[in-house]
Amino acid sequence: MFDALIDPWRYEFMQRALLEIVIVGVLCGLVGCFVVLRGLAFIGDALAHAVFPGVVLSYMAGKSILIGAFVFGLLTALGVGFLSRSRRVSEDSAIGVIFASFFALGVVLISREAGFRRDLGSLLFGNVLGVSNQDVLATFLIGLVIVVVLFALLKEFTLVAFDTTMARAAGYPVFALDVVLLLLVSGTIVVSLQSVGNILILALIVTPPAAARLLTDRLGRMMAASVAIAAGSGAAGLFLSYHLDTAAGATIVLTATACFLVALVFAPNHGLLSSAIQRRRGYHHVHHYHPMGEDADPH
Amino acid sequence: MDPSPGALQVTGLSTGYGTTFHLANVAFRAEPGDVVGLIGPNGGGKSTLLKTIAGVLTPRAGTIELGGVPLRRLAARVAFVPQREEVNWDFPVTARDVVLMGRYRSAGWLRRPGRADRDHAEQALARLGLAGLGHRHISSFSGGQQQRIFLARALVQDPLVVLLDEPFTGIDAANREVFHEAIRDFAASGAVVLMATHDLDEVQVTTSKIACVSGRLVAYGPTAETWTPEILRATFGGRVAVFA
Repeated sequence: MFDALIDPWRYEFMQRALLEIVIVGVLCGLVGCFVVLRGLAFIGDALAHAVFPGVVLSYMAGKSILIGAFVFGLLTALGVGFLSRSRRVSEDSAIGVIFASFFALGVVLISREAGFRRDLGSLLFGNVLGVSNQDVLATFLIGLVIVVVLFALLKEFTLVAFDTTMARAAGYPVFALDVVLLLLVSGTIVVSLQSVGNILILALIVTPPAAARLLTDRLGRMMAASVAIAAGSGAAGLFLSYHLDTAAGATIVLTATACFLVALVFAPNHGLLSSAIQRRRGYHHVHHYHPMGEDADPH
Repeated sequence: MDPSPGALQVTGLSTGYGTTFHLANVAFRAEPGDVVGLIGPNGGGKSTLLKTIAGVLTPRAGTIELGGVPLRRLAARVAFVPQREEVNWDFPVTARDVVLMGRYRSAGWLRRPGRADRDHAEQALARLGLAGLGHRHISSFSGGQQQRIFLARALVQDPLVVLLDEPFTGIDAANREVFHEAIRDFAASGAVVLMATHDLDEVQVTTSKIACVSGRLVAYGPTAETWTPEILRATFGGRVAVFA
C-alpha cells in the first residue's frame, strides 16, 4: 500500500512531471477564477486552439514549443481584443473565425511532416512525462510573472468582472485591462500545453474555479480552493495515470471533473444535497436570488 | 488638486449604440445640488444619455463638462448605481466588498484599500441601515437592501456626479424613504444627481429638474414648470395618462 504511494515518485521523470503539473495547476486555478467570473470560457478555448500553429512551427523547427505558442498567444489575445471592439463583427463570430482558422492552419502545417499522427497526438493531448528541467524552469518563471501581474491588478480585474459599467464610469481602462487578462490567460495556456495539451487545457482552467465557486461565496477563498483543486487534481491525476497506465493529461482532467461533481453534490450551501435538505425543511435557500427581492412591490 | 463641486454642462451631445443614433444634439446645464430626472418612453434614450454621461458610451459629438473640466477627467468621482437587472448577483463578493469598490480609484493602482477605506465602507453601510451586515454575500439581501449596498458604494466615492439607473425598480415604501434621504444627502454635498426612471411619481417627489428625452431633448427645466400636460404628451406621445 505504502509502496504504491511511493513507487511512482522514484523516477526522475515523474518528479519533474509532478513539479510541472503542480505549477500548472496553481496557474490554471488562479487565472481560471477570472476566466469564469469574467465569462471568458469561450475565449479561453479559442486562445488554446489559436496558439496551435505556433506550437507546430516551433516543434517543426526543433525549438521549445513555448516560443511559438507564446508568439501566437500574444497575437491572438490582441486580435480577439481588437476584433471584439470593432462593431462590424460580433464578438462570438470574431472569435470563432480566429480560432477555427488558426487551428486548421496548425493541422495543415503538421500534416506535411512524416509521422505526423504521433506528433499530433502529443501536441493535442500533452505529454507531461516528457518535460525537461528547462521546461519546468520556464513554466515556473513565466508562471511567476503571471501570478505577480494577476495580484498586482487583482482589485481592477475584480471590479471589471463584477461591474464593467462602474469600472468604465470610474475611468478605468476596461479594454486595456481585458487585454492584459487575455494575455495572462494566453500565457497560462501556453505553459500548460506541454502537460495537458491543446484540447484539454480549457478543462483545467474552468473546472477547478467552477468547483471552488460552489464551495464558497468569497473571492479570496474561491481562489485558494481553486488552486488547491487544480494542483491537487494534477498530482492525484498523475499518480492515478501511473498506476492505471492511462494518458496523464486526460486522467488529470477527469480527476478535476470528479472534484467538481463532488462539490456539486456535497457543497455546504450551493450543493444539490444541501439545497434539497433546505427545501425539505421549508427554508428558502439563503443564496437563492429572488429577481424582485422579498420586499418588492407585488405586481 | 481636489476637484470641487461644479455645474454639469452638456453641449451638442449626440450619442447611441452601434451605428444608430439614439439622441442628437442634447444640451443642458445642471447646478451643484440639482437632482435631475431623465424621463421618456422606453427606447427614447434616457438610459443611453445616462450611460454616455457615465462614460460607458462614447459620444459621437459634443462635450460633457463639470465646472469647465471634461467630466472624463474627474471620472474617479463619478458614481454609477446600476439597474438591478445588470448586476451579477452570483458574483462571489460580500456587501462590504462591493462598497469598498467605491474606494478603489482613490486607493490607486497597486494598492489595496486600507484601514481608513474599510472604516469608510462600514460607516456608509451603517448610514444606509446595513450596519453589521457587511460580511454577507450580496445575493442574501432583499431587493431594497441590495440597492442600498450600491448607494453605499456611491457614497464612499465622495461623488461629484451621481448617476442612478432605474433606482426605484422593485423597492418598497420603507426603502424608498432611505433612497430619498440618500439622494438629498448627495445633493446637499453639492453633487449633481441624475436619475433615469420610468417612475413618474418618484420624479415629482425627488427631482429639482427634469429632462424629457425622446430621441432628442424635448424639454428641460425645473420640475414644477416643466411638468405640464403638453410637455409630457410631447415626450410620451400621448401614451401616458396625465393627472397634473
